[in-house]
Amino acid sequence: MHIAEGVLPPVILASCAILSAGGVCIGLKKLDYDRIMTTAILSASFFVASLIHIPIGPVSGHLILNGLLGLMLGWVAFPAILVALTLQAILFQFGGITSLGVNTLNMALPPVLCFYIFRPMLSKGTFSLRMAAFLCGMSAVAFSALLTSGTLALGGDSFLNSAKILLISSVPVMVIEGLITAVVVGFLAKVSPQIFDFKITAPDPVMAAQTSSSATE
Amino acid sequence: MSLESFAEGTSPFHTMDAASKVVAATLFSICTALLTSISTACVALVIGITLLCIAQLPIKTLCRRLLFINAFIAFLWLTLPVSTAGTPVYSLGGFTVTQEGIDLTLLITLKSNAIITTFIALLATSNVTDIGSGFAKLHVPQKLSLLFLFTWRYIHVILEEYKRLSTAATLRGFIPTTNSHTYKTYANLIAMVLVKSHDRAERVSNAMKLRGFDGTFHSLHRTQAQATDAVVAAIIAFLGTALFAADYFQLTELL
Repeated sequence: MHIAEGVLPPVILASCAILSAGGVCIGLKKLDYDRIMTTAILSASFFVASLIHIPIGPVSGHLILNGLLGLMLGWVAFPAILVALTLQAILFQFGGITSLGVNTLNMALPPVLCFYIFRPMLSKGTFSLRMAAFLCGMSAVAFSALLTSGTLALGGDSFLNSAKILLISSVPVMVIEGLITAVVVGFLAKVSPQIFDFKITAPDPVMAAQTSSSATE
Repeated sequence: MSLESFAEGTSPFHTMDAASKVVAATLFSICTALLTSISTACVALVIGITLLCIAQLPIKTLCRRLLFINAFIAFLWLTLPVSTAGTPVYSLGGFTVTQEGIDLTLLITLKSNAIITTFIALLATSNVTDIGSGFAKLHVPQKLSLLFLFTWRYIHVILEEYKRLSTAATLRGFIPTTNSHTYKTYANLIAMVLVKSHDRAERVSNAMKLRGFDGTFHSLHRTQAQATDAVVAAIIAFLGTALFAADYFQLTELL
C-alpha cells in the first residue's frame, strides 16, 4: 500500500510529512538506547514481511505486520516504520522521498492507536491476549487501508474509484494479518516475554516448551 | 537475493559522497512533485533518464524494476481516465474517457518516472551503510541514523533465518495454500525468527557495550566528500528548481 511519487498534490504531501515528523519526534523521544536493538529487529521484520508472499485464494498478498509493531513499540512504531520505508524506497523504489511522509503516516498512525486500545487487554489472561492481538493485527491493516485510500481520495474526486478498489482488495489481508498477529504474540508471550517492555500474560511454561520445539524442529 | 543490486559499479555516481546525493535527490524530487504541466514533466523525465545513463546500471535489472514500479501507475491508467470529469474523447458501454483524465494520468506517469529514475541514479548507487553515515553527516537525529544502520544489519539476519526455517518447512512437505494451517505455520515461523533475532541482538548489544560503544559507527570504506560532489549536487538541485520556476511562471507557454 505505498503511494507512488508524483501522484498526490503538494498540500497533502506537505501536511502528511509534517504530521509524520511530529510522530517520529515523539517516537524518538520515547526510544531509549537500550531498546534500539529490539526496535531495529521489528523494523527489519516489517521490511522483510513485505517480501513474504502468502497465498490468499488464487492470488498472493504480502504481510504488513504493522499491528504487531504497534503492540510492541507504541509511538516508537513511527521511527521504526519510517526507517523501514526509507530502506524500501532506496532499495526497491517503493514509494519515495516526497511520499515518505504520507506512507509513514498511513502505516504508523494505526498501530499507535491500536497500542492504546488493545495493550491493556494483553495483561488480562490468555484468551484476552489472543483476542487483543487478533483485533490489533486486523484493525491496524484495516485502518491503514482506510487512511491510504482516504489520502488517495483527498487527491481529487477522480481518485475515488482507485481508492475504493484499494480498500476492498485489502479485506482478506486484514483477516490473515489478525490471525498471524494473534499466533505471533501468543508465541512471544510464552517463549520470550522479555521482548515486550511491559507486563504481559505469560501462559504456563510447559506449553511454551512444547510450542517452541515444534516450531523449530 | 541481492538487495543492493545497483550499488556495485564504477560510474561517477557510485563514487560520489552519499550526503550530497541525498540532498540533490531530495530537492530534485520535491521540485518535480510540484510540477503541473506536461511539458516540464517531460523535461524532468529526460533529466532523470540522462542521470540513469551516467550511472551505467545493468539494463535488465533496471527495466524489471521500472516495470514493477509502474504497476501502480498502470492501475491508475485503468481508473483515472474514466473517472475524471471533462471533455469526452471516447466512450464505450457507459464508460467515458475524458481528455482531462488522460492528461492527469499522463502527468502523474511522467512525474513519477522522473522522480524514480533520478532516485535510482543517485541513491540506489550508494551502499546503505554509506547513506546511513551520510544521514549522520546531515544532522539527522543520532537515534534515527543508528536505527537505520541496525535495521539494515538485521534485515540480513532475519532474511537468512527466515530462509533457513522455510527451507526446513519445505523439506518436511509444507506446501502453502489458503488455509489456517498455512497461516499458523507462517506465524510460528515469524515468531521463531523474532525470538532468535532478539536473542542475538541482545548478545550483540551487550558485546558492543562491553567494548565501549558510544553511539557512533566508524565506516571502513568512507567515501571522501570532494568539491566536485557539492558542485554536481548543486547542478541537479538547480535543474529541479529551474524546472519548478519554469512551471510556476508558465515560461513554456511563452515559447
